[in-house]
Amino acid sequence: MARRAFGLLGFLAVATLVALAPHWVSDFRAFQLATVGIYFIAIVGLNVLTGYSGQISLGHGAFMAIGGYTTAILMANHGVRDLWTIPLAALVAGVAGFLFGIPALRLSGLYLALVTFGIAVSFPSLLKKFAGLTGGGRGLNLFGLPQQTGGGVSVKLARHELTNNDWLYYLTWTIAGVLFVLAWLFLRGQAGRALRALRDSPVAAASAGVWPALYKTLAFGISAAFAGVAGSLLAIAVAFVNPDTFPISLSITLLVGAVVAGIGSVLGRFGSYVGPLAGASLIVFLQAYASDLLRWIEKGIPLHADPKAPGVPAVIFGLVVIVVMLLFPAGVGGVLDALTSRLSRRSY
Amino acid sequence: MEPAEPPLTQFLQQVVSGLASGGIFASLALALVLIYRATRVINFAQGEMATVSTFVAWSLVHHGMPFWGAFFLTLALSFVGGVALERVVIRPVESAPVLTVVIVTLGLAILLNGFTSVKWGSDVKKFPSPFPTRPIHAGGVAFSIQDLGVIAVSIALVLALGAFFRFTKLGLALRAAALNPEASRLVGVRVSWMLALGWGLAAVLGAVSGMMIAPVVFLDPNMMQTVLLYALAAAILGGMDSPVGAVVGGLALGVILNLTGAYVGFVGGTLRLPVALAVILLVLVVRPSGLFGRAAVRKV
Repeated sequence: MARRAFGLLGFLAVATLVALAPHWVSDFRAFQLATVGIYFIAIVGLNVLTGYSGQISLGHGAFMAIGGYTTAILMANHGVRDLWTIPLAALVAGVAGFLFGIPALRLSGLYLALVTFGIAVSFPSLLKKFAGLTGGGRGLNLFGLPQQTGGGVSVKLARHELTNNDWLYYLTWTIAGVLFVLAWLFLRGQAGRALRALRDSPVAAASAGVWPALYKTLAFGISAAFAGVAGSLLAIAVAFVNPDTFPISLSITLLVGAVVAGIGSVLGRFGSYVGPLAGASLIVFLQAYASDLLRWIEKGIPLHADPKAPGVPAVIFGLVVIVVMLLFPAGVGGVLDALTSRLSRRSY
Repeated sequence: MEPAEPPLTQFLQQVVSGLASGGIFASLALALVLIYRATRVINFAQGEMATVSTFVAWSLVHHGMPFWGAFFLTLALSFVGGVALERVVIRPVESAPVLTVVIVTLGLAILLNGFTSVKWGSDVKKFPSPFPTRPIHAGGVAFSIQDLGVIAVSIALVLALGAFFRFTKLGLALRAAALNPEASRLVGVRVSWMLALGWGLAAVLGAVSGMMIAPVVFLDPNMMQTVLLYALAAAILGGMDSPVGAVVGGLALGVILNLTGAYVGFVGGTLRLPVALAVILLVLVVRPSGLFGRAAVRKV
C-alpha cells in the first residue's frame, strides 16, 4: 500500500507542477512545453505498442500524419471546430492502426520495424499524390480560422486571460493527462497482463487462453490512436500541415525517444511517466538549444563547427541516443525505476 | 521520351535503365545482407554511412583528384570507417536485444545525417560521373553509357565479393563466423573481429552505391534515405540472408519500379516508394524467406 501511496503522491506532484508551469514561464516557453506534451502523448502511445506488446514501430509518424490531416481537412474544408476534430483524428488513426495491425501479426521483430519504416518513408508521397484531399505538397493552411479555434484569440478561463500559447499548453497537457490515465487503466488490468505475456512468451500466453491476434491488433490500434491525437494537436498548434510536417525523421525520433525514455519502465512507478516526459523534453529542447550546447562545448574543446548549422541538433541527438543506449540500455525510465524502487523500499 | 519510338525499343530502354538503378540498390542491399547474416540485425545507418562516403569522394574530387583515384581511396577509407564504427558503437551492444541494436543504428543514422550537413552543408551538390552522358546505339535502341557503366561496376563488385568469399581463407572465416559463431571460435576464428570486417565490407558496398547514384540524383545529406528503402525491399525480395538474392532482388526491383512507373499510369514517377513498400509487404506475407532465402523453421 505504501508503494501505491508513494506512486500516487509522485504523480500528483508532477501533475501539479505541469498545471502551474505557465505561471512561471514565458509565452514562447509555454508553446515549447505544449509541443513537449504532444510528443509525450505519442511516446506514451508507442510505449503501449513497443514496450508492452513488443512490436517495434518505426512508422508512428505516419499515424501522426493521419491524425494531423484528419484535423486539417475537417477544419479547412468542412469548417469543423478544432476541439471536435481531435476525437475524430484519434478514431481515424486508431482504425488505420488496427487494420495495419492485422498484416503486422505475420511480421516479427525486425521485419515489422522494416515494414513500418517503409510506411513512414513512403507516406509523404501518398499525401502528395492525393492532392485533391490533402492539398498536395503545399499542404493545408489552418491560419485565420478564429471562429474554429480557441487559439488566435485570448480565452477566459477561471478569471484568467489565456494567451494563445497558454491555451495550447493547457489543451495538450489536459489531453495528455487524460490519455496517460487511460493508458494506465488499460495496461494495469487484464489487457496489460495479456500483452506482457504475449511479448515475453507467445506460446505460453496462447496456451493460457490469451488470443494473440486480438490483443496485438488492439495494441496497434490504441497506439495509433494516441499518435493520431498527437498529430491532430500538432496540426492545431502550428496551424498548418504539409507532407514535410511528418517526415521519416519524426517516426525515428519517436521510437528513439520512447526507447531512451525507457520502454520497459514498470507501470505505475516513477519511470512510467517521468520517462516519456524526459524523452519528449529531450526531443524538443535538444532541437531548440543544440547550438547553445555546442557553443558551450566549444569553450572547452575547439571543434571549429558552426553552431548555427542545421545538422547540429541531429548530431547531438544521435550522440545522446548512442551514449544512453550504451550506458543505460533500460533508458531513463529504467534508471528512475531502479532508483525509486530503492527509495521506496527504504521508506517503509 | 518521344511517342514515335516503337514499343519494344522503349521497353528495352526502360529495362536497361531499371537494371542500372537496380545495380545501385543491389550494392546497398548486399551491404544490408552482409550485416544481417552475421548479426541478425538490420543496419538502419547503412544509407547514411554511404552518404558520408560519397561526400568524402566529392571532397577528394573537389580537391583535384581524378575520379577513379578518389573512388578507390574512398573505398579504403570507408572500409576503415566501417570497422571503426563497429568497434566503437556496435560491439558494446553485440549481445543486447534486437530493439537496443536497432535504436543504436538509428542513433548512428541521425548522427551521421547531422554530421554531413554540418560538415558539407545541406545544399545540393553536383557529383561528377565517370561515364559519358551520350548514348550508344545498338540495334536501333539507344542505351545510356552511364547506365551501362553502373551495371558493369555492379557486376564487377559482385564478382569480386563472390571471389573473396569463395576463394580466400578470410572469406571462409567470415562465412563460418556468420553461420556458426561458437564452432568458428573453437577452430580459432576471431568471430568478433569478423563482425567488424563485415561492417567494413558493408561500408565499402554502400560507398559504391552512393558514388554510383550521386551523379544521377545529385548529392545532398538525405540522398540515401529513399535508396535505403529500395535496398531493404531488394534484400527482402531476394531473401535477407542470401547475397545472391540481394543482387537478383535489387536488379528485379529496379526493373519493376521502372516498368510500373512507365506503364501503370496511376503509379507514374510519384509512387515509386509505395510500390517498393508493396513489394516488401507482399513478399513478407506470401513468402517471408524471399526468392533465395532459407525458410526459418522455429520449433516451439
